[in-house]
Amino acid sequence: MANNKFFNEMTADDGSVRAHYAAYAAWLRDTPSERIARKRAEADSLFHRYGITFAVYGEESGTERLIPFDIIPRIIPAAEWKGLETGMRQRVKALNAFIHDIYHDQDILRAGRIPAEQVLNNAQYRPEMKGVDVPCNVYAHIAGVDVVRAGAGEFYVLEDNLRVPSGVSYMLEDRRMMMRLFPELFARHRIAPVEHYPDVLLHTLRSVAPVGVTDPTVVVMTPGAHNSAYFEHAFLAQQMGVELVEGQDLFVREDQVYMRTTQGPRRVDVIYRRVDDDFLDPKAFRKDSMIGVPGLLDAYRAGRVTLSNAIGTGVADDKSIYPYVPEMIRFYLGEEPILNNVPTYMCRKPEDLAYTLAHLSELVVKEVHGAGGYGMLVGPASTKEQIATFRKYLEANPEKYIAQPTLALSNCPTFVDSGVAPRHLDLRPFVLSGSEVQLVPGGLTRVALNEGSLVVNSSQGGGTKDTWVLEA
Amino acid sequence: MLSRTADHLFWMARYMERAENTARILDVTYRLSLLPQNGEDVEAMWDGMLKIMELQDAFLARHPVFSTEAVLEFMIFDRDNPGSIYRCLRASRENAHAVRGTLTSELWETSNASWLKMRDFTLAKLMESGPEAFFEWVKYRSHLSRGVTIGTMLQDEALRFIRLGTFLERADNTARILEVKYLNLLPGAEDDTHTSDYYQWSALLHSVSAFEVYRKVYRDQITPMRVAELLILRADMPRSLARCLKEVHTNLSRVANARSAETERLAGELESHLHFGRIERIFERGMRKYLEDFRDRIFDLGCRISDDFLIPATA
Repeated sequence: MANNKFFNEMTADDGSVRAHYAAYAAWLRDTPSERIARKRAEADSLFHRYGITFAVYGEESGTERLIPFDIIPRIIPAAEWKGLETGMRQRVKALNAFIHDIYHDQDILRAGRIPAEQVLNNAQYRPEMKGVDVPCNVYAHIAGVDVVRAGAGEFYVLEDNLRVPSGVSYMLEDRRMMMRLFPELFARHRIAPVEHYPDVLLHTLRSVAPVGVTDPTVVVMTPGAHNSAYFEHAFLAQQMGVELVEGQDLFVREDQVYMRTTQGPRRVDVIYRRVDDDFLDPKAFRKDSMIGVPGLLDAYRAGRVTLSNAIGTGVADDKSIYPYVPEMIRFYLGEEPILNNVPTYMCRKPEDLAYTLAHLSELVVKEVHGAGGYGMLVGPASTKEQIATFRKYLEANPEKYIAQPTLALSNCPTFVDSGVAPRHLDLRPFVLSGSEVQLVPGGLTRVALNEGSLVVNSSQGGGTKDTWVLEA
Repeated sequence: MLSRTADHLFWMARYMERAENTARILDVTYRLSLLPQNGEDVEAMWDGMLKIMELQDAFLARHPVFSTEAVLEFMIFDRDNPGSIYRCLRASRENAHAVRGTLTSELWETSNASWLKMRDFTLAKLMESGPEAFFEWVKYRSHLSRGVTIGTMLQDEALRFIRLGTFLERADNTARILEVKYLNLLPGAEDDTHTSDYYQWSALLHSVSAFEVYRKVYRDQITPMRVAELLILRADMPRSLARCLKEVHTNLSRVANARSAETERLAGELESHLHFGRIERIFERGMRKYLEDFRDRIFDLGCRISDDFLIPATA
């Protein structure tokens, strides 16, 4: 199982099992394979029955797919988590300070630490947000920071998801599934609980209610039952005990947002929206949006409702801004970054473009505005034709791309057709920021199920694992 | 509660109840079709049943004759027939899906599991084991869903709208089940008791799980008038019109809002007619006329509930 090229989460280079995996590895060795097979089948049928699925667009209802779930957990020792957690808090604090700054005094631009045109000409920069004050000066209340382990085991941040990051329901459901299937494992390990996430989320959302509202009404806003992440929207609303609304359920009167209820209109104070900026308000953004609420932006700018996350956070998690996050940490917090950034070549710079074109077969090239594992080139895993195609794209529109060295992502033993084999992983912890910054110990571990693949997105053959943070 | 949520809950329950009652109607008609003296009338029986369900034209557009297989295919599996059990279970599940956060997870899983299982059935499989096993399965899934509702849901507005949906639909369906039987009777023949009628009435009682109930209540032979009394006026009979209206009225009064006074009054009026009614008077007026009139009023109540609570008001 040991593979010297990649950091293996379970096994050290000398082939010995790492201490934090010892109890699990022993259990796995002693458990009959028939029992494991039965449990894996049971997990599948339970996920189907729970309806923990994502919708496949354009197909009849019921053709919903499962995200594959692997029963071998990703285990993180207490000390390692402590470092990750501290680094993540630091990063999200700086990102929120950055968003506040660029919509107010723009100190960081005036200090010349980030080129102004990079920010102000960015398609994700929302001039509508200039001068708008938001509660606690927090914009990204929910951040899903993707980290990977590479090289000899150090952590790198791959991207900061600050718009509508998803996946937290899988973190919670994977845990529920593991506890149901293998209760004995939880007796053998001290695994930090994550089940209180919805509570912390509700607390966070309530803490950023408009000024003067003492008992805020919080809602979750979804594009609807056909959205691929609908399960998560419904799940979070249910777990928090708040209404799950669609745009059609809300209306704005005199800058106040109301929902239509069986007892007449009821005021809404905080909207945890899982709808992109562009679709929020057909009066202000895309006119053809059928899922938005006319007048929502006005109500928001008047400070009568809180949107979570705020409008205009996309400028901070854009891949062209990503290289500057360490600079933000130094500028706003006066600290050195704890978590590494991946070295990034910005192809709009001629020297970076030249380097990228000369090293295409070694690099990962990503679209600045891409997401979900689409529109990217993984050099070492690509054919000559694919590389040639990307070369043309790059030469035509260099500003649309960045490039990064292909990280040797860590891997973890995973059940696949041929048995147990190492597969590459990433980790998305969720950072909640309101009157305070909080994380539950854990996150969503995604695993690339195809052999050798470094792409963990569920749309590209990715699965999930339960993530165990061990208590000291 | 959101109007849209209430609407989904209401229809989730209605479609589940409709699936169950469709299974019941098919079950009773299928059983009757097996009686020896009904040999030549089998087509007429299916014809009559489809007429009561207002699906006769849709059926004829697809099938030339009222054969048992064709009707079962149409009423159970046809994806284009909005009244098929397949479509009812799908619609119930889709409504549940749209508000799954409002439901307890057990209730959602029950609905989802019913739908997933429904997709595995085929007519061939069903005829091999006998369709009764399938009808029973549908009934039990509906029982389960109702039991899980009552056993796990908070007794708040959500539960009220679910119950409203269940009983409004059941009132309509019980009336239709009675109509199927009365359709084949000539006027004035309503008091007749032939042997074949015994089987017909007892099949009808079985179809609404009322055979043992009848025996217990009347301790006497089965007569059409008593069957009608049991299914229309006995409020202690869970599928009777009187019971349904009592539930509709009660649940409606629990969710009352500023606009719903007239709807509540109409439900109360209908309930009190059933409460104080006499079966002899209903027979005098004519049973079919009575049942048709009753279904019109149920339809009207449904529209009013929609207007008062479920269709999003703009202000």
